[in-house]
Amino acid sequence: MRAPGTLDPLLPLVVVVPLLVAALLAALSALISQHRRVLDLVAIATSVAVSAMLVVLMARTAGGVAVYWFAGLHPRHGAAIGIDFAAGSLSCGLAALTAVLVTASMVFSWRYFETASTWFHSLMLVFLAGMVGFCLTGDIFDLFVWFEVMGVAAYALTAFRVEEKGPLQGAYNFAITNSVGAYLSLLGIGLIYARTGALNMAQIGRALGHGRPGSLVVVAFVLVLVGLITKGAIVPFHFWLADAHAVAPTPVCVLFSGVMVELGLYGVARVYWSVFGAGLGHRSAITAAFLALGILTALVGAFFSYRQRHLKRMLAFSTISHAGLFLVGFALLTPLGLAGAAAYVIGHGLVKAALFLCVGAVLHRLGSVDESRLHGRGRALKTTGVVFTLAALGLADLPPFATYLGAGWVGDSASSHGAPYVTAVVMISSILVGGAVLRVAGGVFYGLGDPPREDPRLRQGATEERSETSGDEAKVPLTMTLPPLVLVAAAAAIGLLPHLGSVLQHAALQVEDEAGYVKTVLGGAAVHHLSALSPKEPTAVRAIDLESGFGTAAGALLLALGGLYYRRLPGLKRLRPARVVADTFDRLQSGVVNDYLTWLVFGVACIGGALAFSLR
Amino acid sequence: MSLFPYLVAAWIALVGLYGLVTSRHLVHQILCLVVLQSSTYVLLLAVGFKTGGIAPYFSDVSGRPVTVDPVVQALVLTDIVVEVAVTSLLLGLAVRAHRRFGSVDPEELRQLRG
Repeated sequence: MRAPGTLDPLLPLVVVVPLLVAALLAALSALISQHRRVLDLVAIATSVAVSAMLVVLMARTAGGVAVYWFAGLHPRHGAAIGIDFAAGSLSCGLAALTAVLVTASMVFSWRYFETASTWFHSLMLVFLAGMVGFCLTGDIFDLFVWFEVMGVAAYALTAFRVEEKGPLQGAYNFAITNSVGAYLSLLGIGLIYARTGALNMAQIGRALGHGRPGSLVVVAFVLVLVGLITKGAIVPFHFWLADAHAVAPTPVCVLFSGVMVELGLYGVARVYWSVFGAGLGHRSAITAAFLALGILTALVGAFFSYRQRHLKRMLAFSTISHAGLFLVGFALLTPLGLAGAAAYVIGHGLVKAALFLCVGAVLHRLGSVDESRLHGRGRALKTTGVVFTLAALGLADLPPFATYLGAGWVGDSASSHGAPYVTAVVMISSILVGGAVLRVAGGVFYGLGDPPREDPRLRQGATEERSETSGDEAKVPLTMTLPPLVLVAAAAAIGLLPHLGSVLQHAALQVEDEAGYVKTVLGGAAVHHLSALSPKEPTAVRAIDLESGFGTAAGALLLALGGLYYRRLPGLKRLRPARVVADTFDRLQSGVVNDYLTWLVFGVACIGGALAFSLR
Repeated sequence: MSLFPYLVAAWIALVGLYGLVTSRHLVHQILCLVVLQSSTYVLLLAVGFKTGGIAPYFSDVSGRPVTVDPVVQALVLTDIVVEVAVTSLLLGLAVRAHRRFGSVDPEELRQLRG
């Protein structure tokens, strides 16, 4: 094992390799565009190689943060003059999850697209490089650059079917909202550079650590935050996500939901713990602000998810709900809270990716993603149905899927830090989301209950969906059933790993050890004794975690059955649950980017006002 | 260093945001995004400015002259590259949207709702 603090040559390679291959594929497109399989193989091999390198890095960085200075420009006298990658095991783990999901969706696309030109593969690899670079960078301006690299690739991938109306609108809304967020972040970065004269996160953190925060730092923090939580789909910055998910090709949705949104929240944690944490102080005010945002997001997302009939949009809103729960885990500012969020991200990423891939298979075979049209038509898709149901149960925190550990740890840490209601919020939103997806599983794949009323909003879009795939194949090809199966199995297997809790908590401590990060990056020191604000908490799997996991899954099942059969129950026949309220909320999701931006400005004003008031 | 350039940057940012929120034309809206981004240039250049400082690339000056901060200039260059990528992609989408929707009003792009 490499001594911590030394340069690791693998660190830059995980970004350089996919970027080079992407450029090569684009340059040679005239030669190889006829050989589709060569393209697929090269792209899959690249993402497999990146995943392998990142898993190695994750093991190596367990002992300490690994740092790589580009062009060998090491810090002099404790001041960074170059640009670095600085990654702990949490960053590498998240990057590894990214690479694994890219591999899965590449395998899935093997038979998915009628014609995929070279630029689909190139864009996917650039997207991968952008996300991995975002995880590993130790420089706050580069954080913005990687943010935009993955952003531009994602906008282009959303508009993959550029001849149609939906993708154009989805990609446009996505690009405008995220770019506005990114530029506001850049303004914040400019302010922070003005204050500290540094761009390296460790160096800024050290410079801000002394003295009072001052209003400039609070304004900079809020501005930097905007871009990250727009990417992280936190209410009221979340509107773009449902539009983008509804129209992006399914293999791309896997990445959007599985990791891209989570990366935005990872950015919040990274920036908070490496840059602003010590300088801002007022930990309890920070906790309160992020807890409120997270809980609001979790409940709003879950509510919208249950209301949806469009499968991709349903999964998109469930991602918003889970993003809220991840933010709650971070907001506690404890190692166990962050570890819980990490476990949740892993479990959710794998399970959600599997769900999207199953929806892709349904779309491929049945030519629709409308729950009411699909009712009972999925019976022939046996494997897909089973995998979808298992993944839905995983989404509802059923043990042993890793999601239940995440929910349990976040709840435990919250309870021991004076926020016992968090457990209830986690359970309610998981029951709503799980109930929605299980309702689809029962209705579509097993024909249970009554077909839901057709949603007039979906009628016009229904014809367009079909063209994503060639369709008309006798059965779902193996490349479409195997990846989701493997992902669901992985989510369950990870939940069964014996020392997962202590490993994740150690990784979380690495992130939250601000002083240690500064010493490692700027001084090249090997930090062995991690010192975070809050002490470690026990991570043993307790009976109550199992109980609440099973309880949530049972609640979701009941809710799903209720959703399928409520019209047969006496007295409920005429009931249209929460119709008036829901219609009002639906109008908010107007599809017009101007409205989304108004909400964004409103959100900035609220968060800025709240933090300016409480961080004085 | 006076406060003036910072006020200008803030004003440009707010004007850009106002335009983005109220725009009824896709191309206009995209240009408002460019305006919003221009505020970052002004801010960064103001941060690195030194009174009497010369450009940070020189060969014919003896001694150690006062220069403006070269880092922010590198940042602005990178920023411009990012802007080119985003803007060209968005304008491409706007052209396609005009073709498919027959309109360049963001209010008319209503395929997705609810």
